[in-house]
Amino acid sequence: MKGRDWKEYDELNVNMGPQHPSTHGVLRLLLKTDGEIVKEAIPHIGYLHRSIEKIAEKISYTQFIPYTDRLDYLAAMNNNLAYTLTVEKLMGIEVPERAQYIRVIMAELNRIASHLVAIGTFGLDLGVVTPFFYAFREREYILDLFEMCCGARLTYNYMRIGGVANDLPPGFMDRLKDFLDYFVPRVEEYNQLMSFNKIFIERTAGIGVLPADVAKNYGVTGPNLRGSGVKWDLRKNLPYCIYPRFEFNIPVGTGMVGKVGDSWDRYWVRVQEMLESVKIIRQAMEQIPGGDIRAKLPRLIKPPVGEVFFRAENPRGELGFYIISDGSPSPYRLKIRAPSFCNLSVFEEISRDWMIADLVAILGSLDIVLGEIDR
Amino acid sequence: MQAIFEILKSIYPLRHLSEILLLLLSMVIFSAIILGIIAILVMFFVWWERKVAGHIQSRLGPMRVGGWHGWAQSIADGIKLLLKEDIIPANADRMLFKMAPYIVFASSFAAFATIPMTRSLIGADLNIGIFYILAITSLIVIGILMAGWSSSNKWSLYGAMRSAAQIVSYEVPIGLSILVPVMAAGSLSIKDIAEAQSGGIFSWYIFRSPFLFISFFTYYIAAIAEVNRTPFDLPEAESELVAGFHTEYSGMRFAMFFLAEYANMFLVGSIATLLFLGGWNGILPRPMLPEFVNFILKSLFLVFVMIWLRWTLPRLRVDQLMYVCWKVLVPISFFCLIGHGVWMVFMGEA
Amino acid sequence: MEFSRIVDLIREKIPQAIIEVNEKAIDPFVKIRPDHLNAVARLLKGEEEIGMDMLLSISGVDYPESITVVYHIFSIKNNHSLVLKVDLPRDNPKVDTVENVWKAANWHERETYDLFGVVFEGHPDLRRILLPDDWEGHPLRKDYKYPPTYHGLTL
Repeated sequence: MKGRDWKEYDELNVNMGPQHPSTHGVLRLLLKTDGEIVKEAIPHIGYLHRSIEKIAEKISYTQFIPYTDRLDYLAAMNNNLAYTLTVEKLMGIEVPERAQYIRVIMAELNRIASHLVAIGTFGLDLGVVTPFFYAFREREYILDLFEMCCGARLTYNYMRIGGVANDLPPGFMDRLKDFLDYFVPRVEEYNQLMSFNKIFIERTAGIGVLPADVAKNYGVTGPNLRGSGVKWDLRKNLPYCIYPRFEFNIPVGTGMVGKVGDSWDRYWVRVQEMLESVKIIRQAMEQIPGGDIRAKLPRLIKPPVGEVFFRAENPRGELGFYIISDGSPSPYRLKIRAPSFCNLSVFEEISRDWMIADLVAILGSLDIVLGEIDR
Repeated sequence: MQAIFEILKSIYPLRHLSEILLLLLSMVIFSAIILGIIAILVMFFVWWERKVAGHIQSRLGPMRVGGWHGWAQSIADGIKLLLKEDIIPANADRMLFKMAPYIVFASSFAAFATIPMTRSLIGADLNIGIFYILAITSLIVIGILMAGWSSSNKWSLYGAMRSAAQIVSYEVPIGLSILVPVMAAGSLSIKDIAEAQSGGIFSWYIFRSPFLFISFFTYYIAAIAEVNRTPFDLPEAESELVAGFHTEYSGMRFAMFFLAEYANMFLVGSIATLLFLGGWNGILPRPMLPEFVNFILKSLFLVFVMIWLRWTLPRLRVDQLMYVCWKVLVPISFFCLIGHGVWMVFMGEA
Repeated sequence: MEFSRIVDLIREKIPQAIIEVNEKAIDPFVKIRPDHLNAVARLLKGEEEIGMDMLLSISGVDYPESITVVYHIFSIKNNHSLVLKVDLPRDNPKVDTVENVWKAANWHERETYDLFGVVFEGHPDLRRILLPDDWEGHPLRKDYKYPPTYHGLTL
């Protein structure tokens, strides 16, 4: 290194991903590192781009429902729900009561399943393997329940515009009740194994602090925003479906073990949200009426000319659909506002000057799904 | 080894060979025995780790190969690894890349030469046995550095750097904690140290003084870090560094690292057994079980604890790892060393 | 706050900004002049009464006569939302960035640039985001022709 300052060479560029165990799919991070310290982490996305928005312009409104399954593939029910609600809002459809309750039960079950994956993989990122298996054990019960309803275990395609595909199968309610009774004590198991483990807290408390104003500025939503101490949940603040009928709390980050908005807070919000979802499901099970499961609609759905933007609270944040209809059977333009897309955009901001190991923890706590980032 | 030498000498055609040749022959035979024991133990550990992990995680682990609870799983895996293509990255430093696994394995294997598995099953009863083990196991870090550097993969390099920092640092508390039983026995020979603990569970060093008791734990914790097991598995941290220094290895070369890792686990367990848990001496003053069984059972228990920890705890971060070493383990083990010296003076053991 | 009150406020502060107001749509929207976009955005965020602290999404729409960029903005503090639209010419769509107002715009604008070819002036890092850097064309435009091959691979 003749004639040059050696300091020019002390930055190492490392590609983290697209094939890396803890980038949760096919995210690529370009790291500029100084030893173990990461000076800059630039996310590169698009490896899973399937041009879903372009496809939507060629197919009918009903045909698009399966595509929503493939956005956030860990919360397909919630995606179905957000999309069907958008089209219903555009067309002004009333959904029968029973279908509304079934939808809420499914959405909340899927929220639990999705959060289970989130906290399980977060554990994997931090090097603790066992909670992942525990989380998947519990998720399996939920998938069994979904399989009873629609025959699928990942991409459900269960909601329809104006209702749901099938009524609940016989025996579903009993099994659901069994699951809820089984599940609640399990959360205590995670807390013992992970949440209040000394090493786990050391690794996550105060790491990747996301202040509330930065979160809002970057459009971060969902548990990540709540982890920063903002009490904001669409189910409560801009209610849709029949959520106002249920009693539940919105857990927010309080900085219990570190600072408000650190990785641990984001994780803890998810753990508590699962219990809140259980509450909602329990109430919905009590209140569910009989009756139709689908509104009477023509076979070919042709919404009136107009446009609508609607968002629903997904496990990962606010999933929004912006649909422009020109009166034809397929949307003129369909834009998906994916929560993970915005949640990931803040990563560059909060990942500066942490260590590589922390970077993995921060990324895990943001809980992204590349399926909806790349669309 | 002496025994093997005597036996060889008594066999008719060999009697006429020179002493040197016979000595060499007995060395080869002895190392084959040790290698056999280690290889079998490692295969057992791999299967056992998978079973323990499975049961911890409410699974069953391997159940198919060989019939009874998948006992032949490791054999099948070993054959698979032997038959796999040996891939060397195009930009790798071929020479170093090929050598690294052998150095790692050889240095952990060489350490077993002075491990007395029973009173007589010992390669060489060096009067500086424990010192020799400390010295030879430090060579592992050279092999790991070679592997990380020659792979020409940045993640491997990170793993190697972490490993070097970790192993070199943790040698300090290990050395200090080992000195406490050495001081108690007044010998560096492992055989003498183990011999000094005969006579039931209360003559084991771990229960002899509070300082020895604490030293056992500092040694065990530091040793877990030395063999790169969770919660100190940073060099091969899967979620951070893909697989650390052995990311680019495949087939038999990978198997060498694997073998070395498990052999190291057993090495650490057996050193802890010999120095603190009475070695081949049983719980009761009267010998109940064969010496070898006593030794193996205790070592296996310590290995089991390592497996148990691995599937329970998260991983530390680099700076936390160094914190644990320099600010916690080193002062404590140093304190124990001084403390035990004082203890010996006042208890009249010196 | 009422939609009309927000519109009045914009009219009051930046008189020439608004081209069209549509209150009858499901989500009422305001169409504004492209050169006033940044000022309007600053006003919406900065004005205490409006306090639009969140940009939810930026969507490009390819109409036959224009490329429209739609901004869905929202206030967590006051729980109201607004839809802004700017019409840009199809042959050379250019508009000021709002990245300096809401950071969220950074990636959304990159996406709109990527898929519609809208150039956001003043954006700090306007690169393609979903497609490869060397991709040609902007696929969400209605007149987009699929390339038969990409780097010799048949698509």
